[in-house]
Amino acid sequence: MSISISPASEEAFVGQQFDDIEQQRDAAKLGMWIFLATEVLFFGGLFLGYTIYRFTYGHIFVEASRKLDVLIGGTNTAVLLISSLLIAFAVRAAKLDQRRALVGLLAGTAVLGCVFMSLKGVEYHKDYVDHLVPRMGFKWEGADPGNAELFYWIYFAMTGLHAIHVTVGIGIMLVLTLLAWLGKFSHGNHNTVEIAGLYWHFVDIVWVFLFPLLYLVGHR
Amino acid sequence: MNGTTPAPETMKSATELVVERPGEFARENYLSIHRGVRAWLLTKDHKRIGLLYLGTILIFFLIASVAAALMRIELLTPQPKLVTSETYNKLFTIHGVLMVWFFLIPSIPTVLGNFVLPMMIGARDVAFPKLNLMSWYIFVAGGALALWSLIRGGVDTGWTFYTPYSTTYANTHVISMAAGVFVAGFSTIVTGINFIVTTHKMRAPGLTWFRLPLFVWSLYATSLIMVLATPVLAITLALISVERFWGVGIFDPKLGGDPVLFQHLFWFYSHPAVYIMILPGMGVISELITCFSRKRIYGYAWVGSASMAIAILGFMVWGHHMFVSSQSVYAGMIFSILSFLVAVPSGIKVFNWTATLHKGSIHFATPMLYALGFIGLFTIGGLTGLFLAALAVDVHVHDTYFVIAHFHYIMVGGMVMAFMGGLHYWWPKISGRLYPEFAGKLAAMITFIGFNLTFFPQFILGYLGQPRRYHIYPPEFQIFHVLSTAGASVLGIGYLMPLIYFIWSWRRGRAAGPNPWRATGLEWQTSSPPPEHNFEQTPIVTGPPYSYSAEKDVDLNLASI
Amino acid sequence: MDQFRLFPPQASTSSHEVDALFFALTLISLFFMAIIFLPIIFFSVKYRRGSSADRSNPSSGSFWVESGWTIGPIFLSLGLFAWSALAYFRLERRPANAIEVQVVGKQWMWKLQHAEGKREINELHVPVNSTVAMTMTSQDVIHSFFVPAFRVKQDVVPGRYTGIWFKPTRTGEYHIFCAQYCGTQHSQMVGRVVVMEPQAYENWLKSGEPTESIVLAGERLFHDRGCSGCHSPNSQFHAPLLQGLYRKPVPLADGTMATANDEYLRDSILQPAKQITAGYANIMPSFTGHLSEEEIMQLIAYLKYIGNQPPPSQ
Repeated sequence: MSISISPASEEAFVGQQFDDIEQQRDAAKLGMWIFLATEVLFFGGLFLGYTIYRFTYGHIFVEASRKLDVLIGGTNTAVLLISSLLIAFAVRAAKLDQRRALVGLLAGTAVLGCVFMSLKGVEYHKDYVDHLVPRMGFKWEGADPGNAELFYWIYFAMTGLHAIHVTVGIGIMLVLTLLAWLGKFSHGNHNTVEIAGLYWHFVDIVWVFLFPLLYLVGHR
Repeated sequence: MNGTTPAPETMKSATELVVERPGEFARENYLSIHRGVRAWLLTKDHKRIGLLYLGTILIFFLIASVAAALMRIELLTPQPKLVTSETYNKLFTIHGVLMVWFFLIPSIPTVLGNFVLPMMIGARDVAFPKLNLMSWYIFVAGGALALWSLIRGGVDTGWTFYTPYSTTYANTHVISMAAGVFVAGFSTIVTGINFIVTTHKMRAPGLTWFRLPLFVWSLYATSLIMVLATPVLAITLALISVERFWGVGIFDPKLGGDPVLFQHLFWFYSHPAVYIMILPGMGVISELITCFSRKRIYGYAWVGSASMAIAILGFMVWGHHMFVSSQSVYAGMIFSILSFLVAVPSGIKVFNWTATLHKGSIHFATPMLYALGFIGLFTIGGLTGLFLAALAVDVHVHDTYFVIAHFHYIMVGGMVMAFMGGLHYWWPKISGRLYPEFAGKLAAMITFIGFNLTFFPQFILGYLGQPRRYHIYPPEFQIFHVLSTAGASVLGIGYLMPLIYFIWSWRRGRAAGPNPWRATGLEWQTSSPPPEHNFEQTPIVTGPPYSYSAEKDVDLNLASI
Repeated sequence: MDQFRLFPPQASTSSHEVDALFFALTLISLFFMAIIFLPIIFFSVKYRRGSSADRSNPSSGSFWVESGWTIGPIFLSLGLFAWSALAYFRLERRPANAIEVQVVGKQWMWKLQHAEGKREINELHVPVNSTVAMTMTSQDVIHSFFVPAFRVKQDVVPGRYTGIWFKPTRTGEYHIFCAQYCGTQHSQMVGRVVVMEPQAYENWLKSGEPTESIVLAGERLFHDRGCSGCHSPNSQFHAPLLQGLYRKPVPLADGTMATANDEYLRDSILQPAKQITAGYANIMPSFTGHLSEEEIMQLIAYLKYIGNQPPPSQ
């Protein structure tokens, strides 16, 4: 299967193992959904750890959570939600063969992803300055610094893992932007964009769970 | 093209079929086109990828076997003779890590599954051939990391990596070994995704779900486990690696963390993983029993459903590895009853295989010997699982040689025998040639005898109280270890023989022809070795699988020497 | 202890129950092996290729047959489960009026201390026909205390207490093994239980250097380490009084209830902010790193003692 630069008929994009483009599209979509299921279980281990310790050390977790910056976290939530909107529109643009809109929307998604990562970077730096990074100058005024450090360990592990996924997503969006600009997704050849969109939505949904659990616990 | 047994008139006398009139070797096949190293390393052909996996897992099997051999030699005497305790601990760790993740879990799915699954469903390849190749590279990368850890000195945590030993106290190369397994896990996930999508989307016309061969059902159930369980292992290994690197973590009691939480996360994956290490074998057995008794499987729907039941129930029993871990008594009770119940579908399969023999026409060809051996040894292994599910008994035998004997009966007596049986069965299709039948039968019997001699004494050792992972042991246990080591030497011969004669037969074996076993099944309706895209024309399926007739096949002889 | 056997000695009250289950499971296994292997052998012979057996009208399924061999094993499983669960429940239920021993496992030895204060390393002397209950913890990694002759085993976990009990029925010496891999010398973390006649045990207890009982050690620590500075009626700090507290319900600041068991007391010493008693401020300092595992257990033994009687010094 070759990547053709000039728009060509759909049949050229069908792998030899498939009978037709429909089968190929269906297979790719099913494959991505199963992959996302594996991602749910991947994050699931961390969510389980968080839940168990939140139950055991509720008091400390609430206190520790109060030190997180809700403004940055909240802004990041908005950023990701808007980026999900953009990618949804991008899928639509691909289906309607609107090349310029598609390129813009894909690029916009990538840009918002970068905004997310930048804000995350600012936030992590702030956490470091505030002595909230475990084992890197962690200081906790108050009882049970051990449990507070546990909260922050989980916080960095979960947001860190999420950030890795966002980075991968940004990479995918940039590649797709380039391919869209080269016209690969013309003639309604939207499947790849749709599948990438699924991945991006997943990354967004994980954040939608992370944000309240980590940031809003201490803020009533 | 619907896989019926040829009518008796078209068959000559028994011996002619295999001995006097060997089949044709297909000159143009998936091996002959696109030659050269690049063609292999960049292949998208599921059949070549299956062979790449075969070569790779063989390497890991050999390394892990050497570790086992060293352990068994050391265990001939109660006191240390050959290695220090630290080395011994590294030996059982590498044996477990390589055998579980780099041999058994890939074995049947990536070798036989990759080769045969698309052909069995009448497809030209799997759904994602490039991902398939990538899965092999990921596997090799994971293996390289594990071997790198070994070369740098190895790991002594056991394949189970229990905390806080693995995170805080071990002085060995835990992170690189964990990384190797982490990476290899993604190979498993990719294979699982590929098989699920292939089975859903690429069946030939007329091949409904309930006309699928049971091997496909078992691979499907296995793939479900692969994709759902493996990510939990991945995050668990990542957690202990980060905790080890960072110096603090969620399993650390000093922070208020719970080391037993690791066990929950680890076994939530690793129990379903053991079903990854048996379900494909069961699928192979269904293929072998039907072909070599010339009969439809007894209870097709029950056997297929049993595979799915095992997959689902397998996710609910992880706590039976933790009955004495300080887990609550009530949790223990729930896990115990579910562990008893998960044995039931396995029992159903064994009963159905036995019933399939009734009124069959039984050929004792090498694959059938392995299949019958599987049933015997898996039954014993499975029954001893009941002992372990029984809470009060498990308290006594947990972490003793009883458990070791139990899981080796299932993994080696079961899965490895099934793998050997499947390899012998599909070898003519893979290579276009026959392996030497007499040597095959002999190796099968040597393996069976060697296996029992190795592992049966370990049941006794376990009940006596000899714990696992013991380098030094009380002198009164020595006789059992001597018997076990003697058995291991015999077992080694049983494995060495096929290694030699398969390699020999690759060039020198008699040409097999498209269907030397006169089997039903779409993979036998094309030449041996098959063409690159499997079929000249997409087959159409009009009936159920295993449409054998023992009555009609009375003159057939599949087991001639 | 060192003689060759095919079966471990039955040296405790639990051994018989566990062995009975084991034998039943063995018989059931032999039964299933028979009903599978014998037909396989029979069919293999009767229906071997070329034989003249009747192969007409073979069956490929029967709902009743399948249901039969599904339901049957399910019921059997339920029965076996019930029996083993009951036996397990009895194994786990720590009886009252037991001789108490405290155990600390560490790489690679077992440290034991009797209530009267006598300490042992890798050995445990006990009287026959008396119940012994052990409270155990680990100083480092997870270990497991295993006495095959008694059919008892329990993991020993850092950061928490686990319990094990047994009632020896035969004098003699029996293996102690560590049954959870714990590092390089795991297989050398072994010892022996010495079951003695009651009089011999009493003599053994009294032999050697006079020892401070665990409760008295706990009382000493309670004063020396500053606990009584706050936890006493004349303290200037408002701290709960601990007399009569053991195993009683404790209302917590967040509105829930806890029970003052061993785990609670240990957590209160090491992580006081985890569960703050209602009506008190979060001012207790943590003693993490200031007390060894044995010392914490001695304190808890003292608190248990004053749970229903005045302190020994009074």
